[in-house]
Amino acid sequence: MKKHIITALVENQPGVLARVVGLISGRGYNIETLNVGPTNDPTVSRMTMQVPGDNRVLEQVTRQLGKLVDVIDVTDLTSAPCVNQECLLVKLAATHAQHAAIAALTERFGGRVLASQTDAMIVQLTGDSKQIVDFIDLLAPFRMLDISRSGIIAIARGGRP
Amino acid sequence: MRTGADIVIEGLLRAGVKTLFGLPGGMVLDIFDKLPCAPIEFFLARHEQGAAHMADGYARATGQAGVCLVTSGPGATNTVTGLATANMDGSPVVCIAGQVASPLIGNDAFQEADTVGITRAVTKHNYLVKRVEDLPRIMVEAFEIATTGKPGPVLVDVPKDIQQTACDTPFPAGMNRRGYRPDNDPDDQDIERLARAVAAARRPVFLVGGGVISGDAAAEFAAVAVKAGVPVVSTLMGLGAFPGSAPLALGMIGMHGTVAANRAASACDLVVSVGARFDDRVTGKVSTFAPHALKGHIDIDPSAIGKSVPVDFPVVGHVKIALRKLLEAVEPVARPEWLAQVSEWKARHPLTYDRSSKELLPQYVIEQIAAVTRGDALIVTDVGQHQMWAAHFYPYSKPRSFITSGGLGTMGFGLPAAIGVKAARRDQPVVLISGDGSIQMNFQELVVAVEHDLPIVVVILNNGYLGMVRQWQELFYKREYSGVRLGRDERHLNERIPATIRAAGPYRPDFVKLAEAHGALGMRVTRQDEVAPALVKALAAGRPVVVECLVRAEENVFPIVPPGKALNELLQGLA
Repeated sequence: MKKHIITALVENQPGVLARVVGLISGRGYNIETLNVGPTNDPTVSRMTMQVPGDNRVLEQVTRQLGKLVDVIDVTDLTSAPCVNQECLLVKLAATHAQHAAIAALTERFGGRVLASQTDAMIVQLTGDSKQIVDFIDLLAPFRMLDISRSGIIAIARGGRP
Repeated sequence: MRTGADIVIEGLLRAGVKTLFGLPGGMVLDIFDKLPCAPIEFFLARHEQGAAHMADGYARATGQAGVCLVTSGPGATNTVTGLATANMDGSPVVCIAGQVASPLIGNDAFQEADTVGITRAVTKHNYLVKRVEDLPRIMVEAFEIATTGKPGPVLVDVPKDIQQTACDTPFPAGMNRRGYRPDNDPDDQDIERLARAVAAARRPVFLVGGGVISGDAAAEFAAVAVKAGVPVVSTLMGLGAFPGSAPLALGMIGMHGTVAANRAASACDLVVSVGARFDDRVTGKVSTFAPHALKGHIDIDPSAIGKSVPVDFPVVGHVKIALRKLLEAVEPVARPEWLAQVSEWKARHPLTYDRSSKELLPQYVIEQIAAVTRGDALIVTDVGQHQMWAAHFYPYSKPRSFITSGGLGTMGFGLPAAIGVKAARRDQPVVLISGDGSIQMNFQELVVAVEHDLPIVVVILNNGYLGMVRQWQELFYKREYSGVRLGRDERHLNERIPATIRAAGPYRPDFVKLAEAHGALGMRVTRQDEVAPALVKALAAGRPVVVECLVRAEENVFPIVPPGKALNELLQGLA
């Protein structure tokens, strides 16, 4: 099933997240990733969601979201020109001997080593979904202790807001 | 000193509210304290669900917001079914609920419930008031949101400390929210495309829904249908939007639709929904709905378009504006063959029943109600078989003359809704058609009709069963009557009433005594020749009357399209 990237500008008010999430889950759709943060207008937040489903399902989702009083604007960025990025933090069990290999792999992907200890490392990578998944795959030889992903954030290309 | 409670009352008055339904409690005392000084008639419901349905009935009868006022916790949760009912049918209800004081919220305080959380999915919008300064704006928005766009219920949750806090913030002139701009004005090109499609169609059908009623567009709709010469089928919610006696009217479509309406939908090459949302009770098996037809759809709600049926000619906008534009754009086209065809279906397969029976049949009772009221009463129903018979055998010629819970199908809606309807339209006869199952769900509200001198006529079609469920068990579950017998006879072992428990009669409770206990007049009718005199007496009584009609127990609603079947696979019973 195709994964859609839905982005919504919402009123920065308590309860808005519950409204959006409740609407989507209440209709039986699944939210795979969700990210919420303020915009340059402090009264407006941006929510970015990844929702799997066919085009018709997602058209319903976006129209239903558009009906919410607290939702100012909603766009399905899936087929629109946009950039999307996700941030990944991974904690790996790493012996001293493995440190260099992990650091090299991380740098090859453009990531960073955030912490190195004698028994563990924490690395960070920001990239699109494919890069994140490829990176996780290549970490398979190492023991992953913990993983935290931000979910996708996205922004449309072009000169319009 | 002006407090939050004063602001609530001022908000109601500014919105033109003259009638309020509700039930007080600890966390709404401050608002109730201000009510006696306000020019608002208050109806004390006996259950908050009743208050919500009364507000809903008032709203459906008038198109204006119906308002209920309840307390926190159980008061608010009791309104949930009422709000969900209003939400499904797009009825403008405003519910003001008390809430525990702000510092107690989340503490599991006495009579605390997360009211906005619980009602989020059953309202168009809701508010928890966190600062009293927001209250004037919220009151304005609540009524604006409830009554504009696709109407719907709005709940305002007002903590007790907010009700008590002084505040001089003025009311805003109007609503200004960037996330709420109903798209009233339809696109001219969309109208043109739809008009061309209508002109090009050889076998077109208009599907009229509740949106034409709530959008006050019945006259515009009739003008378009007549000018374009297009036959009209109606949803349950659309009854009254187009006169049932009109030559172009084919009656109700769907699960219990007429043969003519369902055949027309199956055979047409264009179906244009006007304020109807292609509900599953309308379409039958959706993949087989109007299989040869292009689809047009006029709706104020963009999310309704394409939701269940792909639409070729969408028009988003207020139905009244859209129909005015469409009236200009459509051309009269003569389609003698198509009109002859649908007329033949209509003539050959009228809605009917066993008229030769000597027994008292429910359909006969409804025909008698129509005769005695000359088809001019406001009919309210509960939910079940009686609702479908009321849809079939009463001729609706005006909008807002058929008040029913269509979407949610709420048993217990009828009596409180009828009270709300009568409170709004005292000049009109109001007849509630109910069943012995439905009426027991909110019978306690009858006392409100008595207290306020609202002479409604409650007709109970008593068949001793939860009749529609029984019908499904008969037709689709091999006549395994489980949990549907309201009388004592022939119950299964697991639900049997021991012989040692002596009921007063074959039917329980005694609705005549129950009516009298509430201060209403009670009558019981068992024979055909008793029906009309009882109804004449009831309508002239000048007080609330319950007319219990003991009707044939196992009468079925026909036609019926079995669940999961196409509209042209209907079972006709006698027809």
